[in-house]
Amino acid sequence: MSAAATAAQPPQRARGSGTGNLLDRAWRGLVAGVMALFVVNVVLLIAAVAVNSVATRWLGTWLPVGWTLSWYLQSWKDFQLAGILWVTFEVVFAVVLVSLAIGVPAAYTLARRNFPGKRALLLLFLLPLMVPPMTYGIPLATVLYQMHLAGTIWGVILANLIPAAPFVILVMTPFIEQIDPNLEAAARVFGAGTGRMFTSVLVPLLAPGILAASLLVLVRTIALFELTFLTAGPDSQTLVVALYYAVFAAGVRAPQSIDAMAMIYMLVTLVWLLIALRFVNPTQLVSRVKERPVPAG
Amino acid sequence: MSAAALPGTGQPTKAASRPAFDRALLLAIPATLFMLMLFVYPFLYGLWLSFVPAKGGPLANYHTFFTTSDLWPTIGTTLKLALPATVINVGVALPIAFRMRVRGRWQRIVTTLLVVPITLGTVLIAEGMLNYFGPKGWLSHALQLVHFYDGPIRLTHNYWGVLISLVISGFPFAFLLILSYVTGIDPVLARAAATLGAGSFARFRHIYLPLLAPGLAMCFCLAFVQAFSVFPSAVLVGAPAGPTRVISIAAYQAAFEQYDYSLASAIAMIMGFVQLVIVAAVLSLRGFFYRGPVAGGKG
Repeated sequence: MSAAATAAQPPQRARGSGTGNLLDRAWRGLVAGVMALFVVNVVLLIAAVAVNSVATRWLGTWLPVGWTLSWYLQSWKDFQLAGILWVTFEVVFAVVLVSLAIGVPAAYTLARRNFPGKRALLLLFLLPLMVPPMTYGIPLATVLYQMHLAGTIWGVILANLIPAAPFVILVMTPFIEQIDPNLEAAARVFGAGTGRMFTSVLVPLLAPGILAASLLVLVRTIALFELTFLTAGPDSQTLVVALYYAVFAAGVRAPQSIDAMAMIYMLVTLVWLLIALRFVNPTQLVSRVKERPVPAG
Repeated sequence: MSAAALPGTGQPTKAASRPAFDRALLLAIPATLFMLMLFVYPFLYGLWLSFVPAKGGPLANYHTFFTTSDLWPTIGTTLKLALPATVINVGVALPIAFRMRVRGRWQRIVTTLLVVPITLGTVLIAEGMLNYFGPKGWLSHALQLVHFYDGPIRLTHNYWGVLISLVISGFPFAFLLILSYVTGIDPVLARAAATLGAGSFARFRHIYLPLLAPGLAMCFCLAFVQAFSVFPSAVLVGAPAGPTRVISIAAYQAAFEQYDYSLASAIAMIMGFVQLVIVAAVLSLRGFFYRGPVAGGKG
Protein backbone atom coordinates (compact mmCIF):
# COMPACT_ATOMS: atom_id res chain seq x y z
CA MET A 1 0.00 0.00 0.00
CA SER A 2 1.42 3.35 -0.97
CA ALA A 3 -0.31 4.86 2.03
CA ALA A 4 2.08 3.11 4.39
CA ALA A 5 4.98 5.35 3.47
CA THR A 6 3.08 8.52 4.30
CA ALA A 7 1.39 7.16 7.42
CA ALA A 8 4.28 7.98 9.71
CA GLN A 9 4.04 11.70 9.15
CA PRO A 10 1.02 13.02 11.08
CA PRO A 11 2.17 11.96 14.58
CA GLN A 12 5.49 13.71 14.04
CA ARG A 13 3.80 16.89 13.00
CA ALA A 14 1.46 16.72 16.00
CA ARG A 15 4.43 16.41 18.32
CA GLY A 16 5.70 19.74 17.11
CA SER A 17 2.41 21.49 17.76
CA GLY A 18 2.99 21.59 21.52
CA THR A 19 -0.56 21.86 22.92
CA GLY A 20 -1.79 18.79 24.76
CA ASN A 21 1.63 17.22 24.50
CA LEU A 22 1.69 15.93 28.07
CA LEU A 23 -1.82 14.48 27.82
CA ASP A 24 -0.85 12.88 24.55
CA ARG A 25 2.18 11.28 26.09
CA ALA A 26 0.26 10.05 29.14
CA TRP A 27 -2.35 8.48 26.87
CA ARG A 28 0.34 6.82 24.79
CA GLY A 29 1.97 5.46 27.94
CA LEU A 30 -1.36 4.10 29.16
CA VAL A 31 -2.02 2.34 25.85
CA ALA A 32 1.47 0.83 25.81
CA GLY A 33 1.05 -0.20 29.45
CA VAL A 34 -2.22 -2.06 28.86
CA MET A 35 -0.70 -3.78 25.88
CA ALA A 36 2.39 -4.81 27.85
CA LEU A 37 0.24 -6.04 30.76
CA PHE A 38 -1.71 -8.28 28.41
CA VAL A 39 1.30 -9.69 26.60
CA VAL A 40 3.27 -10.28 29.82
CA ASN A 41 0.38 -12.12 31.45
CA VAL A 42 -0.20 -14.32 28.40
CA VAL A 43 3.51 -15.13 28.17
CA LEU A 44 3.61 -16.01 31.89
CA LEU A 45 0.47 -18.10 31.49
CA ILE A 46 2.15 -20.15 28.78
CA ALA A 47 5.38 -20.26 30.77
CA ALA A 48 3.50 -21.67 33.76
CA VAL A 49 2.37 -24.61 31.63
CA ALA A 50 5.89 -25.08 30.29
CA VAL A 51 7.49 -25.00 33.75
CA ASN A 52 4.96 -27.40 35.23
CA SER A 53 5.51 -29.87 32.40
CA VAL A 54 9.16 -30.29 33.42
CA ALA A 55 8.66 -30.11 37.19
CA THR A 56 9.07 -33.03 39.56
CA ARG A 57 6.92 -31.40 42.25
CA TRP A 58 5.54 -27.88 42.21
CA LEU A 59 3.18 -26.84 44.96
CA GLY A 60 2.84 -23.24 46.02
CA THR A 61 6.40 -22.07 45.45
CA TRP A 62 7.91 -19.76 42.84
CA LEU A 63 9.74 -22.55 41.07
CA PRO A 64 9.43 -26.33 41.29
CA VAL A 65 11.56 -28.49 43.56
CA GLY A 66 13.31 -30.31 40.74
CA TRP A 67 13.30 -30.74 37.01
CA THR A 68 12.57 -33.77 34.86
CA LEU A 69 11.59 -34.65 31.31
CA SER A 70 9.93 -37.93 32.28
CA TRP A 71 6.40 -36.45 32.14
CA TYR A 72 6.64 -36.24 28.38
CA LEU A 73 7.31 -39.95 28.13
CA GLN A 74 4.51 -40.71 30.57
CA SER A 75 2.11 -38.37 28.81
CA TRP A 76 2.96 -39.99 25.46
CA LYS A 77 2.03 -43.39 26.91
CA ASP A 78 -0.90 -42.34 29.13
CA PHE A 79 -2.78 -40.41 26.49
CA GLN A 80 -1.70 -42.59 23.54
CA LEU A 81 -0.45 -39.49 21.81
CA ALA A 82 1.00 -41.35 18.83
CA GLY A 83 -2.48 -42.38 17.74
CA ILE A 84 -3.98 -38.97 18.48
CA LEU A 85 -1.25 -37.17 16.54
CA TRP A 86 -1.82 -39.48 13.59
CA VAL A 87 -5.58 -38.80 13.63
CA THR A 88 -4.89 -35.05 13.88
CA PHE A 89 -2.54 -35.30 10.92
CA GLU A 90 -5.08 -37.25 8.83
CA VAL A 91 -7.93 -34.88 9.66
CA VAL A 92 -5.96 -31.69 9.06
CA PHE A 93 -4.47 -32.75 5.74
CA ALA A 94 -7.74 -34.17 4.45
CA VAL A 95 -9.45 -30.89 5.37
CA VAL A 96 -6.76 -28.81 3.67
CA LEU A 97 -6.80 -30.88 0.47
CA VAL A 98 -10.58 -31.13 0.12
CA SER A 99 -11.19 -27.49 1.02
CA LEU A 100 -8.66 -26.44 -1.65
CA ALA A 101 -10.15 -28.82 -4.20
CA ILE A 102 -13.67 -27.46 -3.83
CA GLY A 103 -12.79 -23.94 -2.67
CA VAL A 104 -10.40 -22.77 -5.38
CA PRO A 105 -12.74 -23.50 -8.34
CA ALA A 106 -15.62 -21.81 -6.52
CA ALA A 107 -13.40 -18.81 -5.78
CA TYR A 108 -12.58 -18.65 -9.48
CA THR A 109 -16.24 -18.45 -10.43
CA LEU A 110 -16.91 -15.79 -7.79
CA ALA A 111 -13.90 -13.73 -8.87
CA ARG A 112 -14.50 -13.83 -12.61
CA ARG A 113 -18.20 -14.15 -13.26
CA ASN A 114 -21.34 -12.21 -12.50
CA PHE A 115 -24.47 -14.24 -12.37
CA PRO A 116 -27.91 -14.00 -10.84
CA GLY A 117 -27.81 -15.19 -7.26
CA LYS A 118 -24.16 -14.31 -6.73
CA ARG A 119 -24.92 -12.36 -3.58
CA ALA A 120 -26.93 -15.27 -2.18
CA LEU A 121 -24.02 -17.58 -2.92
CA LEU A 122 -21.60 -15.23 -1.17
CA LEU A 123 -23.90 -15.14 1.83
CA LEU A 124 -23.94 -18.94 1.85
CA PHE A 125 -20.14 -18.97 2.00
CA LEU A 126 -19.93 -16.14 4.52
CA LEU A 127 -22.48 -17.44 7.05
CA PRO A 128 -20.49 -20.43 8.35
CA LEU A 129 -17.70 -18.01 9.26
CA MET A 130 -20.01 -15.62 11.09
CA VAL A 131 -22.10 -18.19 12.97
CA PRO A 132 -20.04 -19.75 15.77
CA PRO A 133 -19.39 -23.50 15.52
CA MET A 134 -21.30 -24.26 18.72
CA THR A 135 -24.54 -22.91 17.21
CA TYR A 136 -24.55 -24.95 14.02
CA GLY A 137 -22.46 -27.78 15.44
CA ILE A 138 -25.30 -29.28 17.45
CA PRO A 139 -27.79 -29.65 14.56
CA LEU A 140 -24.87 -30.83 12.40
CA ALA A 141 -23.83 -33.46 14.93
CA THR A 142 -27.45 -34.64 15.07
CA VAL A 143 -27.52 -35.13 11.30
CA LEU A 144 -24.10 -36.81 11.30
CA TYR A 145 -25.19 -39.22 14.04
CA GLN A 146 -28.23 -40.19 12.00
CA MET A 147 -26.03 -40.84 8.98
CA HIS A 148 -23.74 -42.91 11.25
CA LEU A 149 -20.83 -40.64 10.34
CA ALA A 150 -20.36 -39.00 13.72
CA GLY A 151 -17.84 -40.82 15.87
CA THR A 152 -15.78 -41.71 12.80
CA ILE A 153 -12.91 -39.81 11.29
CA TRP A 154 -15.07 -39.07 8.22
CA GLY A 155 -17.56 -37.20 10.33
CA VAL A 156 -14.77 -35.14 11.90
CA ILE A 157 -13.34 -34.29 8.47
CA LEU A 158 -16.75 -33.31 7.08
CA ALA A 159 -17.52 -31.13 10.09
CA ASN A 160 -14.15 -29.36 9.92
CA LEU A 161 -14.66 -28.65 6.23
CA ILE A 162 -17.64 -26.40 6.94
CA PRO A 163 -15.62 -23.43 8.13
CA ALA A 164 -12.54 -24.40 6.08
CA ALA A 165 -14.03 -24.44 2.56
CA PRO A 166 -15.63 -20.96 2.80
CA PHE A 167 -12.42 -19.67 4.35
CA VAL A 168 -10.43 -20.88 1.31
CA ILE A 169 -12.98 -19.25 -1.00
CA LEU A 170 -12.77 -15.88 0.75
CA VAL A 171 -8.97 -15.92 0.91
CA MET A 172 -8.57 -17.05 -2.71
CA THR A 173 -11.10 -14.74 -4.41
CA PRO A 174 -8.93 -11.59 -4.19
CA PHE A 175 -5.87 -13.56 -5.32
CA ILE A 176 -7.71 -14.69 -8.45
CA GLU A 177 -9.03 -11.20 -9.11
CA GLN A 178 -5.46 -9.94 -9.25
CA ILE A 179 -4.55 -12.22 -12.17
CA ASP A 180 -4.88 -10.60 -15.55
CA PRO A 181 -7.78 -12.26 -17.42
CA ASN A 182 -5.83 -11.74 -20.67
CA LEU A 183 -3.54 -14.57 -19.61
CA GLU A 184 -6.51 -16.91 -19.60
CA ALA A 185 -7.69 -15.54 -22.91
CA ALA A 186 -4.23 -16.15 -24.36
CA ALA A 187 -4.26 -19.73 -23.11
CA ARG A 188 -7.65 -20.22 -24.72
CA VAL A 189 -6.39 -18.80 -28.01
CA PHE A 190 -3.69 -21.46 -28.00
CA GLY A 191 -6.34 -24.09 -27.56
CA ALA A 192 -6.20 -24.89 -23.86
CA GLY A 193 -9.39 -26.28 -22.35
CA THR A 194 -10.64 -25.27 -18.91
CA GLY A 195 -8.76 -28.08 -17.20
CA ARG A 196 -5.52 -27.39 -19.04
CA MET A 197 -5.84 -23.67 -18.35
CA PHE A 198 -6.30 -24.37 -14.66
CA THR A 199 -3.28 -26.63 -14.33
CA SER A 200 -0.88 -24.78 -16.63
CA VAL A 201 -1.80 -21.14 -16.14
CA LEU A 202 -3.87 -20.48 -13.05
CA VAL A 203 -2.43 -22.90 -10.50
CA PRO A 204 1.21 -21.80 -11.01
CA LEU A 205 0.19 -18.15 -10.81
CA LEU A 206 -1.96 -18.81 -7.79
CA ALA A 207 0.68 -20.83 -5.92
CA PRO A 208 1.38 -18.09 -3.30
CA GLY A 209 -2.33 -17.68 -2.63
CA ILE A 210 -2.90 -21.42 -2.42
CA LEU A 211 0.02 -21.75 -0.03
CA ALA A 212 -1.33 -18.95 2.17
CA ALA A 213 -4.84 -20.39 2.16
CA SER A 214 -3.70 -23.91 2.99
CA LEU A 215 -1.48 -22.74 5.85
CA LEU A 216 -4.27 -20.61 7.30
CA VAL A 217 -6.74 -23.51 7.07
CA LEU A 218 -4.17 -25.84 8.59
CA VAL A 219 -3.52 -23.64 11.63
CA ARG A 220 -7.23 -22.99 12.15
CA THR A 221 -8.16 -26.66 11.84
CA ILE A 222 -5.57 -27.82 14.38
CA ALA A 223 -7.02 -25.38 16.91
CA LEU A 224 -10.71 -25.79 16.04
CA PHE A 225 -12.23 -27.39 19.10
CA GLU A 226 -16.03 -27.28 19.03
CA LEU A 227 -16.85 -29.13 15.80
CA THR A 228 -14.39 -31.94 16.44
CA PHE A 229 -15.57 -32.20 20.03
CA LEU A 230 -19.20 -32.58 18.94
CA THR A 231 -18.55 -35.13 16.20
CA ALA A 232 -15.53 -37.15 17.35
CA GLY A 233 -15.68 -40.63 18.83
CA PRO A 234 -13.01 -42.24 21.00
CA ASP A 235 -10.90 -43.19 17.95
CA SER A 236 -11.26 -39.94 16.06
CA GLN A 237 -10.19 -37.33 18.61
CA THR A 238 -7.79 -34.67 17.48
CA LEU A 239 -5.11 -33.32 19.78
CA VAL A 240 -7.10 -30.34 21.03
CA VAL A 241 -10.12 -32.50 21.96
CA ALA A 242 -7.90 -35.03 23.72
CA LEU A 243 -6.38 -32.14 25.66
CA TYR A 244 -9.86 -30.94 26.64
CA TYR A 245 -10.79 -34.35 28.02
CA ALA A 246 -7.49 -34.53 29.89
CA VAL A 247 -8.03 -31.13 31.52
CA PHE A 248 -11.70 -31.96 32.15
CA ALA A 249 -10.75 -35.14 33.99
CA ALA A 250 -7.95 -33.43 35.92
CA GLY A 251 -7.11 -35.45 38.99
CA VAL A 252 -7.13 -38.74 37.12
CA ARG A 253 -3.61 -38.11 35.86
CA ALA A 254 -0.74 -36.04 37.24
CA PRO A 255 -1.13 -32.36 36.32
CA GLN A 256 2.42 -32.40 34.92
CA SER A 257 1.40 -35.13 32.50
CA ILE A 258 -1.50 -33.00 31.24
CA ASP A 259 0.80 -30.00 30.90
CA ALA A 260 3.30 -32.09 28.95
CA MET A 261 0.49 -32.93 26.54
CA ALA A 262 -0.48 -29.25 26.42
CA MET A 263 3.13 -28.43 25.49
CA ILE A 264 3.09 -31.01 22.70
CA TYR A 265 -0.14 -29.49 21.39
CA MET A 266 1.38 -26.03 21.67
CA LEU A 267 4.52 -27.05 19.78
CA VAL A 268 2.49 -28.65 16.97
CA THR A 269 0.43 -25.48 16.60
CA LEU A 270 3.30 -23.03 16.97
CA VAL A 271 5.52 -24.74 14.40
CA TRP A 272 2.81 -24.41 11.77
CA LEU A 273 1.94 -20.92 12.93
CA LEU A 274 5.56 -19.79 12.50
CA ILE A 275 5.68 -21.31 9.02
CA ALA A 276 2.37 -19.63 8.19
CA LEU A 277 3.51 -16.23 9.44
CA ARG A 278 6.37 -16.26 6.94
CA PHE A 279 3.82 -16.19 4.14
CA VAL A 280 0.74 -14.43 5.49
CA ASN A 281 -0.18 -11.29 7.35
CA PRO A 282 -1.28 -12.06 10.94
CA THR A 283 -4.52 -10.14 10.47
CA GLN A 284 -5.54 -12.69 7.84
CA LEU A 285 -6.04 -15.26 10.57
CA VAL A 286 -9.07 -13.41 11.85
CA SER A 287 -10.36 -11.02 9.21
CA ARG A 288 -12.37 -12.68 6.55
CA VAL A 289 -12.00 -9.90 4.02
CA LYS A 290 -8.66 -9.69 2.32
CA GLU A 291 -6.92 -6.37 2.50
CA ARG A 292 -7.43 -4.51 -0.70
CA PRO A 293 -5.68 -1.49 -2.09
CA VAL A 294 -7.60 1.57 -0.95
CA PRO A 295 -9.47 3.12 -3.85
CA ALA A 296 -7.94 6.42 -4.80
CA GLY A 297 -10.10 9.18 -3.47
CA MET B 1 -17.96 -7.46 4.17
CA SER B 2 -19.27 -5.49 1.23
CA ALA B 3 -15.81 -5.56 -0.28
CA ALA B 4 -16.15 -9.25 -1.00
CA ALA B 5 -19.51 -8.64 -2.62
CA LEU B 6 -18.12 -6.27 -5.22
CA PRO B 7 -17.86 -7.70 -8.71
CA GLY B 8 -14.43 -8.85 -9.77
CA THR B 9 -11.89 -6.38 -10.94
CA GLY B 10 -11.33 -8.48 -14.04
CA GLN B 11 -13.87 -7.91 -16.74
CA PRO B 12 -16.84 -10.00 -15.66
CA THR B 13 -18.86 -11.47 -18.46
CA LYS B 14 -22.50 -10.63 -18.23
CA ALA B 15 -24.31 -13.90 -18.01
CA ALA B 16 -27.56 -12.22 -19.08
CA SER B 17 -26.20 -11.10 -22.43
CA ARG B 18 -24.80 -14.51 -23.28
CA PRO B 19 -27.24 -17.06 -24.55
CA ALA B 20 -24.84 -20.00 -24.18
CA PHE B 21 -24.47 -21.45 -20.69
CA ASP B 22 -21.25 -20.34 -19.06
CA ARG B 23 -19.44 -23.50 -18.08
CA ALA B 24 -17.26 -21.67 -15.57
CA LEU B 25 -20.31 -21.53 -13.31
CA LEU B 26 -20.06 -25.30 -12.93
CA LEU B 27 -16.86 -24.78 -10.93
CA ALA B 28 -18.83 -23.36 -8.03
CA ILE B 29 -21.17 -26.34 -7.86
CA PRO B 30 -19.14 -28.72 -5.64
CA ALA B 31 -18.62 -26.07 -2.97
CA THR B 32 -22.24 -24.94 -3.19
CA LEU B 33 -23.61 -28.46 -2.90
CA PHE B 34 -21.28 -29.13 -0.02
CA MET B 35 -22.44 -26.08 1.91
CA LEU B 36 -26.09 -26.85 1.18
CA MET B 37 -25.70 -30.41 2.43
CA LEU B 38 -23.57 -29.78 5.50
CA PHE B 39 -24.55 -26.30 6.60
CA VAL B 40 -28.00 -25.38 5.33
CA TYR B 41 -29.60 -28.83 5.55
CA PRO B 42 -28.51 -29.53 9.15
CA PHE B 43 -29.66 -26.09 10.16
CA LEU B 44 -33.10 -26.52 8.59
CA TYR B 45 -33.28 -30.06 9.93
CA GLY B 46 -32.44 -28.76 13.40
CA LEU B 47 -35.14 -26.11 13.07
CA TRP B 48 -37.68 -28.74 12.02
CA LEU B 49 -36.52 -31.16 14.71
CA SER B 50 -36.94 -28.50 17.39
CA PHE B 51 -40.67 -28.43 16.59
CA VAL B 52 -41.01 -32.22 16.77
CA PRO B 53 -40.39 -33.06 20.41
CA ALA B 54 -40.46 -36.55 21.85
CA LYS B 55 -43.73 -35.71 23.57
CA GLY B 56 -46.06 -32.74 23.52
CA GLY B 57 -47.12 -30.25 20.89
CA PRO B 58 -44.88 -28.53 18.33
CA LEU B 59 -43.86 -25.82 20.79
CA ALA B 60 -43.25 -28.18 23.72
CA ASN B 61 -39.44 -27.79 23.57
CA TYR B 62 -39.61 -24.03 23.65
CA HIS B 63 -42.16 -24.22 26.45
CA THR B 64 -39.80 -26.56 28.34
CA PHE B 65 -36.88 -24.20 27.80
CA PHE B 66 -38.64 -21.13 29.11
CA THR B 67 -40.22 -22.88 32.09
CA THR B 68 -37.34 -25.06 33.32
CA SER B 69 -35.33 -23.34 36.01
CA ASP B 70 -31.95 -24.63 34.81
CA LEU B 71 -32.55 -23.75 31.17
CA TRP B 72 -33.96 -20.28 30.66
CA PRO B 73 -31.55 -18.51 33.06
CA THR B 74 -28.68 -19.69 30.85
CA ILE B 75 -29.54 -16.87 28.43
CA GLY B 76 -28.95 -14.28 31.17
CA THR B 77 -25.83 -16.08 32.42
CA THR B 78 -24.35 -16.11 28.94
CA LEU B 79 -25.23 -12.48 28.26
CA LYS B 80 -23.71 -11.47 31.60
CA LEU B 81 -20.44 -13.02 30.42
CA ALA B 82 -20.51 -12.20 26.74
CA LEU B 83 -21.54 -8.53 26.85
CA PRO B 84 -18.89 -7.30 29.33
CA ALA B 85 -16.24 -9.41 27.61
CA THR B 86 -17.13 -7.95 24.21
CA VAL B 87 -17.22 -4.37 25.50
CA ILE B 88 -13.81 -4.83 27.18
CA ASN B 89 -12.29 -6.47 24.13
CA VAL B 90 -13.50 -3.96 21.57
CA GLY B 91 -13.04 -0.97 23.89
CA VAL B 92 -9.43 -1.84 24.71
CA ALA B 93 -8.57 -3.08 21.24
CA LEU B 94 -9.66 0.15 19.53
CA PRO B 95 -7.09 2.56 21.06
CA ILE B 96 -4.33 -0.04 20.86
CA ALA B 97 -5.04 -0.91 17.23
CA PHE B 98 -5.22 2.80 16.51
CA ARG B 99 -1.76 3.36 17.95
CA MET B 100 -0.42 0.40 16.01
CA ARG B 101 -1.80 1.59 12.68
CA VAL B 102 1.56 2.76 11.43
CA ARG B 103 3.21 -0.08 9.61
CA GLY B 104 6.55 -0.90 11.14
CA ARG B 105 8.55 -3.17 13.36
CA TRP B 106 6.26 -2.75 16.38
CA GLN B 107 3.15 -3.52 14.43
CA ARG B 108 4.71 -6.69 13.12
CA ILE B 109 5.93 -7.83 16.54
CA VAL B 110 2.71 -7.05 18.39
CA THR B 111 0.44 -8.64 15.78
CA THR B 112 2.62 -11.74 15.77
CA LEU B 113 2.52 -11.95 19.57
CA LEU B 114 -1.24 -11.56 19.61
CA VAL B 115 -1.85 -14.22 16.99
CA VAL B 116 -0.36 -16.79 19.37
CA PRO B 117 -3.25 -16.85 21.91
CA ILE B 118 -5.76 -17.07 19.03
CA THR B 119 -4.14 -20.08 17.45
CA LEU B 120 -3.48 -21.83 20.75
CA GLY B 121 -7.21 -21.82 21.38
CA THR B 122 -9.38 -21.71 24.46
CA VAL B 123 -8.54 -25.18 25.76
CA LEU B 124 -4.86 -24.43 26.17
CA ILE B 125 -5.60 -21.00 27.63
CA ALA B 126 -7.87 -22.67 30.19
CA GLU B 127 -5.15 -25.10 31.21
CA GLY B 128 -2.66 -22.24 31.50
CA MET B 129 -5.11 -20.20 33.55
CA LEU B 130 -5.61 -23.04 36.02
CA ASN B 131 -1.85 -22.95 36.65
CA TYR B 132 -1.19 -19.24 36.47
CA PHE B 133 -4.32 -17.66 37.97
CA GLY B 134 -4.94 -20.49 40.41
CA PRO B 135 -4.77 -19.93 44.17
CA LYS B 136 -1.17 -21.17 44.19
CA GLY B 137 -0.11 -19.72 40.87
CA TRP B 138 2.43 -17.06 40.03
CA LEU B 139 -0.10 -14.23 40.00
CA SER B 140 -1.26 -15.04 43.51
CA HIS B 141 2.37 -15.18 44.61
CA ALA B 142 3.23 -11.87 43.02
CA LEU B 143 0.21 -10.14 44.57
CA GLN B 144 1.11 -11.47 48.00
CA LEU B 145 4.71 -10.36 47.51
CA VAL B 146 3.70 -6.73 47.07
CA HIS B 147 0.96 -7.11 49.71
CA PHE B 148 -1.64 -6.01 47.24
CA TYR B 149 -3.99 -8.74 48.34
CA ASP B 150 -2.98 -11.23 50.95
CA GLY B 151 -5.54 -13.99 50.80
CA PRO B 152 -5.45 -16.63 48.09
CA ILE B 153 -7.04 -15.08 45.01
CA ARG B 154 -10.02 -16.83 43.46
CA LEU B 155 -9.87 -16.27 39.74
CA THR B 156 -10.59 -19.79 38.52
CA HIS B 157 -13.66 -21.99 38.77
CA ASN B 158 -15.95 -19.00 38.91
CA TYR B 159 -17.39 -16.14 36.83
CA TRP B 160 -14.11 -14.21 36.72
CA GLY B 161 -12.17 -17.14 35.33
CA VAL B 162 -14.47 -17.38 32.34
CA LEU B 163 -14.48 -13.60 31.83
CA ILE B 164 -10.66 -13.52 31.89
CA SER B 165 -10.45 -16.40 29.45
CA LEU B 166 -12.92 -14.63 27.14
CA VAL B 167 -10.73 -11.53 27.24
CA ILE B 168 -7.54 -13.49 26.59
CA SER B 169 -8.99 -15.26 23.57
CA GLY B 170 -11.24 -12.43 22.37
CA PHE B 171 -9.00 -9.40 22.71
CA PRO B 172 -6.40 -10.48 20.12
CA PHE B 173 -9.23 -11.32 17.74
CA ALA B 174 -10.82 -7.88 18.18
CA PHE B 175 -7.42 -6.19 17.92
CA LEU B 176 -6.40 -7.86 14.66
CA LEU B 177 -9.81 -7.26 13.13
CA ILE B 178 -9.85 -3.56 14.08
CA LEU B 179 -6.24 -3.21 12.95
CA SER B 180 -7.15 -4.46 9.51
CA TYR B 181 -9.97 -1.88 9.39
CA VAL B 182 -7.81 0.99 10.69
CA THR B 183 -5.00 0.34 8.22
CA GLY B 184 -7.61 0.41 5.45
CA ILE B 185 -8.34 4.09 6.14
CA ASP B 186 -6.40 6.46 3.96
CA PRO B 187 -4.05 8.47 6.26
CA VAL B 188 -4.19 11.33 3.77
CA LEU B 189 -7.57 12.25 5.29
CA ALA B 190 -6.05 12.63 8.75
CA ARG B 191 -3.14 14.59 7.33
CA ALA B 192 -5.54 17.00 5.68
CA ALA B 193 -7.21 17.52 9.06
CA ALA B 194 -3.83 18.02 10.73
CA THR B 195 -2.97 20.66 8.14
CA LEU B 196 -6.14 22.45 9.14
CA GLY B 197 -5.00 22.40 12.77
CA ALA B 198 -6.86 19.40 14.21
CA GLY B 199 -5.15 17.81 17.20
CA SER B 200 -4.69 14.07 17.51
CA PHE B 201 -7.90 13.54 19.48
CA ALA B 202 -9.92 15.68 17.10
CA ARG B 203 -8.52 13.71 14.17
CA PHE B 204 -9.53 10.49 15.84
CA ARG B 205 -12.98 11.77 16.80
CA HIS B 206 -13.91 13.39 13.50
CA ILE B 207 -11.98 11.46 10.87
CA TYR B 208 -11.18 7.94 12.02
CA LEU B 209 -14.10 7.14 14.30
CA PRO B 210 -16.86 7.85 11.76
CA LEU B 211 -14.98 5.90 9.09
CA LEU B 212 -14.36 3.06 11.51
CA ALA B 213 -17.95 2.85 12.75
CA PRO B 214 -19.09 0.14 10.29
CA GLY B 215 -15.95 -1.89 10.97
CA LEU B 216 -16.34 -1.46 14.71
CA ALA B 217 -19.96 -2.58 14.55
CA MET B 218 -18.94 -5.65 12.57
CA CYS B 219 -16.10 -6.36 14.98
CA PHE B 220 -18.41 -6.00 17.97
CA CYS B 221 -20.85 -8.45 16.39
CA LEU B 222 -18.22 -11.07 15.57
CA ALA B 223 -16.60 -10.74 18.99
CA PHE B 224 -19.96 -10.94 20.71
CA VAL B 225 -21.11 -13.97 18.74
CA GLN B 226 -17.87 -15.75 19.64
CA ALA B 227 -18.16 -14.87 23.31
CA PHE B 228 -21.82 -15.87 23.40
CA SER B 229 -21.06 -19.40 22.26
CA VAL B 230 -18.34 -19.85 24.89
CA PHE B 231 -18.02 -23.51 25.77
CA PRO B 232 -14.65 -25.05 26.72
CA SER B 233 -13.56 -22.30 29.09
CA ALA B 234 -16.97 -22.15 30.79
CA VAL B 235 -16.51 -25.83 31.64
CA LEU B 236 -12.80 -25.83 32.46
CA VAL B 237 -12.18 -22.55 34.30
CA GLY B 238 -15.78 -21.76 35.22
CA ALA B 239 -18.36 -23.29 37.47
CA PRO B 240 -20.38 -25.23 34.88
CA ALA B 241 -22.96 -26.35 37.41
CA GLY B 242 -23.78 -22.86 38.64
CA PRO B 243 -22.70 -19.31 37.82
CA THR B 244 -21.21 -20.09 34.41
CA ARG B 245 -23.74 -22.61 33.16
CA VAL B 246 -23.91 -20.98 29.76
CA ILE B 247 -26.37 -21.79 27.00
CA SER B 248 -23.87 -23.95 25.05
CA ILE B 249 -23.49 -26.20 28.08
CA ALA B 250 -27.27 -26.56 28.29
CA ALA B 251 -27.43 -27.45 24.59
CA TYR B 252 -24.54 -29.88 24.87
CA GLN B 253 -26.03 -31.64 27.89
CA ALA B 254 -29.42 -31.95 26.21
CA ALA B 255 -27.82 -33.53 23.15
CA PHE B 256 -25.09 -35.74 24.56
CA GLU B 257 -26.16 -36.47 28.13
CA GLN B 258 -29.94 -36.72 27.80
CA TYR B 259 -29.84 -37.68 24.10
CA ASP B 260 -32.78 -35.35 23.51
CA TYR B 261 -31.69 -34.03 20.11
CA SER B 262 -35.00 -32.26 19.67
CA LEU B 263 -34.56 -30.17 22.81
CA ALA B 264 -30.88 -29.62 21.98
CA SER B 265 -31.83 -28.30 18.54
CA ALA B 266 -34.37 -25.99 20.13
CA ILE B 267 -31.69 -24.62 22.49
CA ALA B 268 -29.28 -24.16 19.55
CA MET B 269 -32.00 -22.26 17.66
CA ILE B 270 -32.67 -20.03 20.68
CA MET B 271 -28.91 -19.42 20.93
CA GLY B 272 -28.78 -18.44 17.26
CA PHE B 273 -31.84 -16.24 17.69
CA VAL B 274 -30.41 -14.29 20.64
CA GLN B 275 -27.17 -13.75 18.69
CA LEU B 276 -29.16 -12.52 15.72
CA VAL B 277 -31.14 -10.05 17.86
CA ILE B 278 -27.97 -8.51 19.34
CA VAL B 279 -26.24 -8.39 15.94
CA ALA B 280 -29.26 -6.71 14.36
CA ALA B 281 -29.41 -4.17 17.22
CA VAL B 282 -25.71 -3.30 16.89
CA LEU B 283 -25.82 -3.04 13.11
CA SER B 284 -28.84 -0.74 13.25
CA LEU B 285 -27.05 1.45 15.82
CA ARG B 286 -24.11 2.10 13.55
CA GLY B 287 -26.34 4.25 11.35
CA PHE B 288 -26.21 6.87 14.13
CA PHE B 289 -22.54 7.57 13.58
CA TYR B 290 -22.18 8.48 9.98
CA ARG B 291 -24.09 8.18 6.79
CA GLY B 292 -22.65 8.92 3.43
CA PRO B 293 -19.91 7.80 1.10
CA VAL B 294 -17.03 6.21 2.93
CA ALA B 295 -13.87 6.90 0.99
CA GLY B 296 -11.15 4.58 2.05
CA GLY B 297 -13.21 2.61 4.56
CA LYS B 298 -13.71 -1.07 4.00
CA GLY B 299 -16.58 -1.99 6.27
